[in-house]
Amino acid sequence: MTPQEIYENLKDKFEESIVSFEEDVADPFIVIATESIADVAQHLAEDEGLAFDFLMCLSGVDLGAKDSNFYVVYHLYSMTHRHKLVLKLVLPKEEEPHVSTVEHIWRTANWHEREAYDLFGVIFDGHSDLRRILLPDDWEGYPMRKDYTEPEFYRGMRVPY
Amino acid sequence: MAAPQQDSKFIELKPFTDEMIVSMGPQHPSTHGVLRLELKLDGEIVRDAIPHIGYLHRCFEKHSENLSYQQIIPFTDRMDYIAAMNMNWGFCLAVEELMAAEEGKFPGVPERGEYLRILIGELNRIGSHLLSFGTYGMDIGAFTPFLYAFRDREKILLLFEKICGARLTYNYIRVGGVSRDTPPGFMDEVKEFIDYFEPQIDLYNSLLTANRIFIERTANVAVMDTEMAINYGITGPNLRGAGLQWDLRKDEPYSIYDRFDFDVPVGRDIPEVGVVAGDCWNRYKVRMDEMKESVRIIRQILDSGLPDGPVQAELKAVRPPKGEIFHRSEAPRGELGFYIISDGTPKPVRVKAKSPCFTALSALQELSRGLMVADIIAIIGSIDIVMGEVDR
Amino acid sequence: MPLSLQTENLHQFFVQSSESWAQRFVQEHAPVLTHLPAPLGELLIMLACCVIFVAVVPLLPLGLVLAERKVSAHIQDRVGPMRVGPHGILQTLADGVKLIFKEDHIPREGDKFLFVVSPYIIFACSFAVFAAIPFGQSILVSELNIGIFYIMAISSVIVMGVIMAGWASNSKWSLLGAMRSAAQIVSYEIPIGLCILTVVMLAQSLNMQEIVKGQDGIGNWLIFRTPFTFIAFFVFFVSAIAEVNRTPFDLPEAESELVAGFHTEYSGMRFALFFIAEYANMFAVSAIAVTLFLGGWHGIVPTEMLPESGILGFVLRAITLSGLLGVVIKTLFLVFVMMWIRWTLPRLRVDQLMNLCWKYFIPISFFNILGVGIWGLIFPKDSLLSIIISIVAIILGLIFTFGVLGKSLSKGPEPPPNSAERRVSATT
Repeated sequence: MTPQEIYENLKDKFEESIVSFEEDVADPFIVIATESIADVAQHLAEDEGLAFDFLMCLSGVDLGAKDSNFYVVYHLYSMTHRHKLVLKLVLPKEEEPHVSTVEHIWRTANWHEREAYDLFGVIFDGHSDLRRILLPDDWEGYPMRKDYTEPEFYRGMRVPY
Repeated sequence: MAAPQQDSKFIELKPFTDEMIVSMGPQHPSTHGVLRLELKLDGEIVRDAIPHIGYLHRCFEKHSENLSYQQIIPFTDRMDYIAAMNMNWGFCLAVEELMAAEEGKFPGVPERGEYLRILIGELNRIGSHLLSFGTYGMDIGAFTPFLYAFRDREKILLLFEKICGARLTYNYIRVGGVSRDTPPGFMDEVKEFIDYFEPQIDLYNSLLTANRIFIERTANVAVMDTEMAINYGITGPNLRGAGLQWDLRKDEPYSIYDRFDFDVPVGRDIPEVGVVAGDCWNRYKVRMDEMKESVRIIRQILDSGLPDGPVQAELKAVRPPKGEIFHRSEAPRGELGFYIISDGTPKPVRVKAKSPCFTALSALQELSRGLMVADIIAIIGSIDIVMGEVDR
Repeated sequence: MPLSLQTENLHQFFVQSSESWAQRFVQEHAPVLTHLPAPLGELLIMLACCVIFVAVVPLLPLGLVLAERKVSAHIQDRVGPMRVGPHGILQTLADGVKLIFKEDHIPREGDKFLFVVSPYIIFACSFAVFAAIPFGQSILVSELNIGIFYIMAISSVIVMGVIMAGWASNSKWSLLGAMRSAAQIVSYEIPIGLCILTVVMLAQSLNMQEIVKGQDGIGNWLIFRTPFTFIAFFVFFVSAIAEVNRTPFDLPEAESELVAGFHTEYSGMRFALFFIAEYANMFAVSAIAVTLFLGGWHGIVPTEMLPESGILGFVLRAITLSGLLGVVIKTLFLVFVMMWIRWTLPRLRVDQLMNLCWKYFIPISFFNILGVGIWGLIFPKDSLLSIIISIVAIILGLIFTFGVLGKSLSKGPEPPPNSAERRVSATT
């Protein structure tokens, strides 16, 4: 299916949760409302025509001080139909970013979500095991945020060298 | 959750035993680097194996945000240091595709550059699979294949040293082509190596692949079916070992892979010896067969010869337009994806590397439940992880 | 009276009362000593033997370690140690010196006493075994009446040392290794014992010298005496590999799984003791296999046909694999086979190891005992006929094994269907 067709399919079912659709870029993407991600993902995975069975990548994004939002980006692929889709969630920076997990749909999301939590502080509600993954458990702050300043010391060791 | 294995050969112990928690790694001979597994053991039986990663985290993504695109390439070397060429390549492909989004920004990689990329990429794939073969033999307890594999990998490293001056972190493939042309006589040396190496694969197969004890140890251990593999986002030889014929070089040909004739080996059931598609043996065997396919591709390049011309496109500056791209390529350990967001400046806003080992390792916990300590080693070896890539 | 009778019985039980080998030795080789008071001469000879063994036996591992490194190197297409001495022959000596000078580390939380003692137990036991192995007609430390029984008993004490080492280290890997070792050695002692039993049934004696004496000439070697002992030899040899913890049965110290198994926490000289003991064990079990099955100090030719002494006799004895040199050559060959196996095969898993022992070796061993018993009923005395029948049976058995079973075993998985035809003509 082309991105346009996927968009049409999604629009039929989730009219109100689709925020926008960008087609004229290298990877066309659909921005959807944060609270509906679990339902949309469920539909994407289970709908016969879509059958997105493969979560290629899940990334947190912070575009810097100019932008007042965090993003969570899902790159999906369908092994059956060989089409792909990019989903984006917009999370305002003022409040603590909360997203519901898609771990129960694609098990690979487990570690990807842990990574996004670890580096961006995006909290995935309903995640079975939301711990830091790359950084030590007692690390403070979320280093991939653009406004992150590294601590002076970590357990008595000087961090900036 | 029940263990996915057929459990007839595993002993159930009476319940008044106590669980022992053992920390396997980060300094352990066969966790392939600094992986730490928290094993919950009931005697020899593993009740749970929780991977802890991050011991080799070097902030690749954070670094990338503060470097220009050209400067990031050496950092990709340090991801999968066993197959650094393929890492360079994956990143450059993503940047090139991002640049190509704007008309006239990217003229395309010259023919000779494409051929050199494939030649080097496939040689590195052989080198990577050789290392995987050798260390897997060692994990299972046979030391000799390891040295044979390193002997042959050494020849590949010497070739790489000739072409780019480095043996591990090459920084050879650049945006728009490759960094330098071949030294004189290089193709003859590649031919010499390929002629020497091709019969060696059969030797290795007879040494380890068909060994009775080896089959006993790996057949029907930690079976991962295609459904589970896809759900876990597992790619590359691990997915093919599960029986799905899926290879980006074939299914979404990038570079000039569509010009070459090669097969995609997949895992399959061999009932006579108890081998099941998706078990450790098949994952290992797919790598052995892939080396043959790589040899085949290289031989086609040798037969046609490298086209004349430049190896590097004329670029004014590596400065992609505003936009974002997710591009994946087939690295030896699976699909390496780069998600790059550019705002039109010489530095990317966000680079995310989707590493194949990272996802493969996330399946370890489910694969290893109910098996034995020795099987854990067999699984880690068979999914073939490189911690540099997992932790980035 | 009853007490003295008992001690006399005991003495008879352990040592041949009529004429000890030391007495014989004094009479034959050192008549000068007969002038000394009778027990003194014997004692001197015994002491001399002990000194020789204590001096020579520890040197064996030194040589064997080097041999292992060289054998493995050549199997693996490299040259091995080359720096220390010509062709690296002093490498193990240098390693030994290094190990002696290394820090002797004892885990703080471990059981210090057991930790210190266990290497010595293993070391002592593996060397005590040598006392009962005959290396020649009169070259052995003690001619025990129950020689083979003594060897079995002593060598099973080794497992005590291993468990002590694993427990005292206070390390989980060590403990796992020790537990594996205990299970493995205890299990594999059963097929070993049963195989020895078949030999004892034929030789009618537990005395090592007596067992050897019946094996004059290759046809009389116990391995060829009956088809069952032929099977027993292989079962014995494989079980012996398991008993000394070598690949493919090196689970107690499986490097890739348990770091180093029961001796993970050991360093310096204590580690060296484990190491030496391992190689001494390897030599010992090979020597036992030679004694029990391969004629011991009897060669392929009956001893009467060889000249008594002189250089010609010495050379002929070596060539026909008899005498001291013969024992050493045969033993070293078995040791070499062990190394060969180690550097070729992968390691078994615990359950497979136990399967092999309990489901295959033990039933086969019982079958052997039954077979040897029946054989003894049919051929009460060895004759040319029995030997010929035995050899024919062995050959038929080999043909069957390698011709019929071998095919189905060694076939292995075929290459994927499309890989066969795509072999490009690669050779230059």
